[in-house]
Parts: sequence; structure tokens; C-alpha cells
Amino acid sequence: MNDSAIDQKPQTNSIISGAQLLIHLLEEQGVTHVAGIPGGANLPMYDALTSSSIKHVLARHEQGAGFIAQGMARVSGEAHVCFASSGPGATNLVTAVADAKMDSIPLIAITGQVSQTMIGTDAFQEIDTFGLMLPITKHNWLVRSAEELLEVIPHAFEVALSGRPGPVSIDIPKDVQNELINFRPKSIDSTDVKAPCSALDENDIREMLAIIKNAHKPILMIGGGIIYSDACDDLKVFAETLDIPAVQTFMGLGVLSNEHPLSLGMLGMHGAPFTNLVLEECDLVVGLGVRFDDRATGKVSDFCPRAKFVHVDIDRSEIDKVISSMYSIHADVGDVLRAANNSLQHVTRPLWRQRIEKLKESHPLRLDGDDDLFRPYGAIKTIASMVDDSANITTDVGQHQMWVAQAYPFTRPRQWISSGGLGTMGFGLPTAIGMALAQPDITTLCFSGDGSFMMNIQELATLAEENLNVKVIILNNNHLGLVRQQQTLFYKKNLSAVKFQQGVDFAMAAKSMGVNGMNLGQVDNPHKQLTKALREPGPWVIDIPISETEMVFPMVAPGGSNRDMIHGEEQ
Amino acid sequence: MSNENQSLLKLIVNNHPGVLSHICGLFARRSYNLEGVMIRPIAGSSSHKSCVWLLVNEVEKLPQLIRQTEKLIDVITVEQHDMKESIFEKTEQFFI
Ligand SMILES: Cc1ncc(C[n+]2csc(CCOP(=O)(O)OP(=O)(O)O)c2C)c(N)n1
Repeated sequence: MNDSAIDQKPQTNSIISGAQLLIHLLEEQGVTHVAGIPGGANLPMYDALTSSSIKHVLARHEQGAGFIAQGMARVSGEAHVCFASSGPGATNLVTAVADAKMDSIPLIAITGQVSQTMIGTDAFQEIDTFGLMLPITKHNWLVRSAEELLEVIPHAFEVALSGRPGPVSIDIPKDVQNELINFRPKSIDSTDVKAPCSALDENDIREMLAIIKNAHKPILMIGGGIIYSDACDDLKVFAETLDIPAVQTFMGLGVLSNEHPLSLGMLGMHGAPFTNLVLEECDLVVGLGVRFDDRATGKVSDFCPRAKFVHVDIDRSEIDKVISSMYSIHADVGDVLRAANNSLQHVTRPLWRQRIEKLKESHPLRLDGDDDLFRPYGAIKTIASMVDDSANITTDVGQHQMWVAQAYPFTRPRQWISSGGLGTMGFGLPTAIGMALAQPDITTLCFSGDGSFMMNIQELATLAEENLNVKVIILNNNHLGLVRQQQTLFYKKNLSAVKFQQGVDFAMAAKSMGVNGMNLGQVDNPHKQLTKALREPGPWVIDIPISETEMVFPMVAPGGSNRDMIHGEEQ
Repeated sequence: MSNENQSLLKLIVNNHPGVLSHICGLFARRSYNLEGVMIRPIAGSSSHKSCVWLLVNEVEKLPQLIRQTEKLIDVITVEQHDMKESIFEKTEQFFI
């Protein structure tokens, strides 16, 4: 045991360091894991960590640490913590923090900083972390004394989790970590944090229901906000009682089970044809916990041309940001749904439902090759059939991500975890590690591409160390597939910098870092081998060769209208 | 100096180091036009609050700008004020 570290809760009036205080305050917040990498400017934190009950996960790159913490946060809804040192440690974290901002994830990034006397002198590994984190966090702090930690740490958790969640970052100079203070627990006044919205007004609910009542062809547009508000069951009651079909945003996949009769699947750039066509006809869109992202709406002026909009969101600045609503409620979507559900009367909409069924039949989502293991939809469907509903799914970014979003049968919230807003290649593996750390008994599938996987492949060593149930499936086209697709469709097939001249033996790379690996194209009985790899405990990398000519269809051109979908030829 | 595209905002903020960075950072990040800033601690306030006057050059984005500013953790209130007799009018002679 380390002399300088505490071995239990600090006693009132005992003398402890800022770093010890930090660790104690994290424990008080219920932190169980911290992912990170030590360095010169956060040595005192790591010194204090050894006598804590908090388990440290040593990532191999700070971006990996950030995504491991994100994976834990995304799958649980709790705030999770990552550590990095100053300078390059902090800059390496930036991508994971920015990603958390775009998708409203409660990530707590704690960085070491050079001592305050050195700040501003261009000291070794000094960087303006406060300035870097400022535009990509919900709020951030530079802590100037150990005393301040007593306020900043609980406040940071509250900010990260309250209202619309989001990342926060806390930069702690080394002298603050070393500063000795007389420990006195401090009770924090939680009124310090602004309420995200005022109390719900019953009139708002009545008004919203009256608008819905007057609509003939209403649609619900349901997003990640419903998941973050824990309101999926309330949404289901609301949709079923009012008999309103629902389109799901990318972040909202899983709010309604794929099989639910009112679920119309994903809208937007790679949405099903009928889903986008229903939106052409509807006369009312009720946006619930959505932010009308351009990947969902396509060209905004052509989005739902016959519809009026009702918008419910906890973030007031989202209301009327992209589309002008005829009515809006600034509130927690869960509160709104629960209040509304108290006064609902059963409605049926046989004509509208029939019309939608017809569109579904005439313009279905075509999953070409879904019976062939070596084609994208086939691989995804086969793998989904080999695991049960309990499996959690994450992806990297590219074609494989969209194929999974389209074809995987999601049945529950927080089952689907993917980088929506920032679209970060390299997201998948470390996030999968975090998901599995938070829920070790559940199998975590990470669908990746050979391009994305290279961006955080070093975390395979972390995965081996933690020995988690993570199964990485690489849909390997030896290309930056989604870029190749865009060049094919929109740049006259002028393929530029999308083919890898040097391929990677991912099975061998996995083995070199202590993870099982196989190339499914090279084994005798691939179905049998695949089943075995998915079902046995422990990590696997499964490399599945696919053709580089595979495309994600339909596709709406970036900036184009959702009605102008490009469809592939039947194969 | 009156310009009909300009608006005047009065913010009460926590007098934390970094609060002005958060305001200016927001304006830079969302490309809102900021024409003038005046900030002073609120006189005699023991509660560590500051008052910030902002002269902004936005018409269409103004409601959005106000909502985004209100979201900043250290911003307590945002009010829109009349340009007439404003601090920027009164101090015009210092900016020539
Ligand atoms: C960090 C990062 N750099 C660049 C991009 C742009 N980008 C989007 S998809 C893509 C190709 C992804 O290739 P791969 O991971 O192999 O997936 P595939 O599309 O082939 O399924 C690229 C380069 C990005 N999203 N993220």
C-alpha cells in the first residue's frame, strides 16, 4: 500500500491532498470505473487512485479512454469518467468529448494541467485545455484550488446528467492536486444548477392533444431524447392509444421495438423508402426528443411538405432551430407523455394505417442478399439470429453502420449505440469495451469496417486485458466504403484515395494483442465457427470479407430532398 | 449609431473566471455577430455576480442566440434592452 494514498474515507479535519479529495468525491458520486492514461500532470491523481475502490481501466490511447467511458455512459445512462494528462493527453481526448457533445452523453473528462505558476509560460505539455474543451462541452472548469473541487466535482455530475445530458471537462493543475487541505465535507446546494425547464403546464398538454385530434394523418418522430428520459414505455402507450405510427431517428432506434406494428423504422438519408414516403403525405409531425438533424430531414424546405409540426424538447434552443413548429412544449418529453397519457381517449385510424400498409408493400426496405453470410445484410441478419435479444450492438462509422441501423432487429432502448452526430470512425471498439464493462453478462457486438477499425485497433490489448464478451465483426471491403459509395454516386466514379493498397490480417492482429481472431472467408464451415465464436465467452475479432461494390440503399444525396431517394439495382 | 439590425442584451452572470470565454466561445462557435461587450462586477454585490452588456448584430438568429446564451451554466438571466440611452451610446466618444 502506498504511504501517500488514503485507505479509507477521509475524516473530517484530516489533512489530505487535492488529488485524494478528487478521488473521494468521485467515489461519493458512485463512480466505479475510470478509464484513462497517466502522465506527468496527473500523477497525483493516479497516486491517490491506488487506494480507492474505483477500478482503473488502462486504455492504450486517450481517445480510447474517452470512448470506453462513453460506452459505459451510453449503455447505462449514468455519468462516467475518463482521465488524461495535460498537453497531448488532453488533445487526444478531444474527439471523444466532441462526440459526446453531439450525442448528449454524460461524459466527465478530467485532465491534469501544469502547475498554475507555469500556466502561460509554454511549459512542457502545457496546452489551453480549457479553451479546447470549451466549444465541445456542456460546461467546463479550470480548478484553481483544492477547496474548489468540493463544489466543482458534484456540480459537474449534476450538469452532465441534468436536463439535456452532455459532457463536461475539468482541468486540474498539478499544484491543486498536491495542495493539502483540511478536509471538511461540504453540502452543495443543488439549486446552483439551473432548472432545465419550468413546470409542465396542463394547458400545453391539452393544446397538443387538440392539435393531434384535428390531424388526419399524424406521425410521431421519435428520437434519443425519449431514451435519455427513460420514457419508452410511456411513448408506447401514447402511440398505441392514439394509434399514431412512429418514424425513428438514428438515435431513436430501439425506442419502439422493430416488430411493433406502429414502428415505421428509420427515416432520412438511409431510411426505408416507405418511411420517407409516408412523411411526404402526413399532415402532422409530432417531434418527441428529436433535433431535426440534416441526416434525418434531408433538405429542410422539402421535409414533410404537407405537415405542421409540434415539437417537444427539453432543450429550448432546439425548438424552432431547424424547423418552425406550430406548437412547441419546452419540457422533459417523459413528463409530457406521462401527463398526456392520463387523459387519452382511444382512437383508431384505419384509413391512415391502411394507406401506410400500402406504401410499405409497394416501397419496402429491400435487404438484398440477406440470406448470404458474405453479403452485408446477410452477415448482419445471420449474426442477429445467432444471439438473443439481450445482445448490445455498437458500430463504427461507414456503410457497415448504416447497414446495421437498417437491418438489425432492435427490440429495446440502449441496445443500439452508435456515433450519430459526430460520426466518429474508431468509435466502435473502445465503446464496446465500455458497454461490456458496464454490463459484463451481456454479449456486446461491435460491427466495424476495415477503415474504422484501424483508428482504435490498439484497444484490442485493453479488451484482452479485461477479457470481456465483445465480438468485433469487421465487414471488410478493403476500402473506405462509404466514401467510395459517395464518389461512385456523386463524383462520376472518380475513386480517389479509398482503396487500401496494403490490407491487414485482422485475425493475426487480434491474436498479437491477445484476442481470438479468424477470417471467416478462410475457415471450413463458417456458420459453425461463427456460432461458436459468438456464443463462447470472451473476445473475438471476426473478419468477414465482402465486396467493395456493395452499397447502402436507398440513399438521399447530402443536401437533397428525402423524396429523391437513389435505389440500387436488384442483385 | 443606431442601427436597426442591432440589439442590446443584458446578462447577469456568475463572476467566475472563464465566464466571458464561455459567452464569446458560444458566439464564435455559432457564428453570431458580436459588436460590443461591456462587463463589470455588479457594484456592492457580495454574491459574486457580474453584469454583461452585449451589442449583437443579429436579426433572424436573435431568438436562437438568446436561447443558446440562456443555456450557459454561468449565465443567470438574459434580457433584451432598448438601444436608446444605452451604455454603448453613452460611451461612443471613447471609440473614435
Ligand atoms: C475520424 C473520421 N475520419 C474520416 C471520416 C469520413 N468517413 C466517413 S465513412 C468513411 C469510411 C469508413 O470506412 P470503413 O470503416 O471501412 O467502413 P465502410 O464504409 O467500408 O463500411 C470515412 C473515411 C469519419 N467519419 N471519421
